[in-house]
Amino acid sequence: MNLRRLWSIVVKELRQLRRDRLTFAMIVGIPTMQLLLFGYAINLDVRHLDAAVLDQARTAQSRELVVTVAQSGVLDFRHAPRTPQELAALLRAGAISAALVIPPDFERRLAEGDRPPLQLVVDGSDQVVQQAARQLAALPLAALRYPAQPAPAGNVEIVNFYNPERRAPVNTVPGLIGVILTMTMVLFTAMAIVRERERGNLEFLIATPVSPAELTLGKVLPFVGIGLIQVSVVLLLGVAIFRVPIRGSLLDVYLASLVFIVASLALGVFLSTLARTQFQAMQMAFFTFLPQILLSGFMFPYAGMPRPAQWLAEIFPMTHFVRLIRGILLRAATLAELWPELAALGAFGAVLLGVSILRTRKRLD
Amino acid sequence: MPSESAPAIVARGLSRRFGAVRAVDSVDLTVARAQVYGFLGPNGSGKSTTIRMLCGLLLPSGGAIEVLGYKIPQQAEPLKRRIGYMTQKFSLYDDLSVRENLEFVAAVHELPPAHARRRVEALLARHRLAELHAQLAGTLSGGEKQRLALAAAVLHEPELLLLDEPTSAVDPQSRREFWDALFALVDAGTTILVSTHYMDEAERCHRLAILDHGRLVADGAPRELAEALPGVVLLIDCDNPRRAQETLANERGVEATAQIGASLRVLAAADAATRARIDAALQRAGIAARIAPTRPNLEDVFVAATRRRPRAEAPPP
Ligand SMILES: Nc1ncnc2c1ncn2[C@@H]1O[C@H](COP(=O)(O)OP(=O)(O)OP(=O)(O)O)[C@@H](O)[C@H]1O
Ligand SMILES: [Mg+2]
Repeated sequence: MNLRRLWSIVVKELRQLRRDRLTFAMIVGIPTMQLLLFGYAINLDVRHLDAAVLDQARTAQSRELVVTVAQSGVLDFRHAPRTPQELAALLRAGAISAALVIPPDFERRLAEGDRPPLQLVVDGSDQVVQQAARQLAALPLAALRYPAQPAPAGNVEIVNFYNPERRAPVNTVPGLIGVILTMTMVLFTAMAIVRERERGNLEFLIATPVSPAELTLGKVLPFVGIGLIQVSVVLLLGVAIFRVPIRGSLLDVYLASLVFIVASLALGVFLSTLARTQFQAMQMAFFTFLPQILLSGFMFPYAGMPRPAQWLAEIFPMTHFVRLIRGILLRAATLAELWPELAALGAFGAVLLGVSILRTRKRLD
Repeated sequence: MPSESAPAIVARGLSRRFGAVRAVDSVDLTVARAQVYGFLGPNGSGKSTTIRMLCGLLLPSGGAIEVLGYKIPQQAEPLKRRIGYMTQKFSLYDDLSVRENLEFVAAVHELPPAHARRRVEALLARHRLAELHAQLAGTLSGGEKQRLALAAAVLHEPELLLLDEPTSAVDPQSRREFWDALFALVDAGTTILVSTHYMDEAERCHRLAILDHGRLVADGAPRELAEALPGVVLLIDCDNPRRAQETLANERGVEATAQIGASLRVLAAADAATRARIDAALQRAGIAARIAPTRPNLEDVFVAATRRRPRAEAPPP
């Protein structure tokens, strides 16, 4: 390994990047766009669901209840069907996603407390709606009881430690750093290397004394810098717009990101040794990208996944990064406490990079 | 340590298959030092494949290669410090400027910075690139690209230059300049292997190999090859050379015909019987013609060597 030669490849790479407007725009554009999209769109505090109310009791108390529920903002009562059949039709047509049904004997049920006084009908074909239903179920209906009596205390008190306001961006933004890095790092490197081969530059390069390690590392190093810039962009916007806390050490954030960037770049380099065209490289990048997003715990909770999916998830760098970054940003965990995740990332990067360098032959066949 | 007087390139039985295609088929080559050695051959005759095997970029399917004393492909890495390779397709970076490309090549070859700067300046001047130094290589004209590629190939002062069709997109004036540059390098002791489609360029080589369908069909100095041409070249002057060509095309003993302006150039067997058949055929067709033997040129050699020789198919593996 010759450092001057390595450096000359890095410089060449940076010069090319500077002239590649599209890539350059993507470096800052992708993180910004994704952050805003995900930050605003993935919002699990569902509000303003289209709903109907079927009030069969028609008493002062039932009307009071409807007002209380409407005030919670979760449901917007747009329809008042007169029969359960009408209600079912609305639900089936998709006109409403939830309905509040108040039975004729509402007040008696409320007073006796042996049967549920209310029914909340929800569209189970939509996961988000079910989530909202759970929110509603927690409404303090006991206050409506007549005569007033103290609400029974729950058996378990839930204490939300790191996100007391239960704001979604606090959970999504840290993981989003992983999503953005995975997308850009894997894709950029894989394409950049295959492009060199497609354009014929490689035939010239491999006829010189340059070594496979210099060739690979020279390609990867500039992207490390770019990855760190992206981390900064997401952190900055995340803190400024979504008030995401940085509770742990900033150095730890960057160290974890650095190792994750290297692991992602290694994956990109590895894909480039398999792909023949830039299009193939892109397809492969997306092929690795989807399972990472789905299984890493960023979108769906890891604990809820079946065993084989969990094993698979353990292989992906993003799984470990999501744990690291949530730990550091939200729980103020230190890298020392999270070292197994960091080690897994490091191992992933080292193995793939090594395999890729071994697979890089200075030959055309 | 490779000796300095030994040939620059020795290849024996060099072969390369791509599936069933024998791209290069048992080629023997010897290239002496400080010479321009030409590779002449039609499209697909295996010129690029041979050059790639000589610099270790492709593995031969058979045969032995020694370049500058190094066994190839085993010792390809040390060889790469001492050769310059100019690919057929422009392979420098389109999105780097002329100067940046040369600086990059200098660094890849580990030229000390001060020396690299001097070399880059000298080459920019010598190859008329000084005014273009800041232009992106992708926006250069064909000829300018080739000057840049040559400058890049000679930057580290290699002992052996392998040039794959270096003048394919270049006007005649620039081609002449290009060849002047090559001879200057040869005077300085560089060995040059160059592939080409152009007869005038082939004519200028010290020695020439003609490849056809992967096989070496002629090898020697251009004049030797012309003199050793089996058969005669007849120049037929007549009113209707095209009809004369049709008339003679299938005559036994006629190897090839080509219309050159108002006359027809015929490559034929040297015996008297063939000559008599040609005269008779023209007479039968009612074509009044003046027939004169003429000196064979390299094109005749090329045509004679490469005509109607089907590619040998490799047996299925
Ligand atoms: N990588 C490859 N895979 C399959 N076939 C190949 C490959 N490279 C070359 N060939 C075949 O080998 C033969 C020789 O090709 P080569 O490029 O060496 O010819 P060439 O003499 O350089 O032709 P040209 O003058 O057109 O450049 C051709 O038939 C070509 O199709
Ligand atoms: Mg070729």
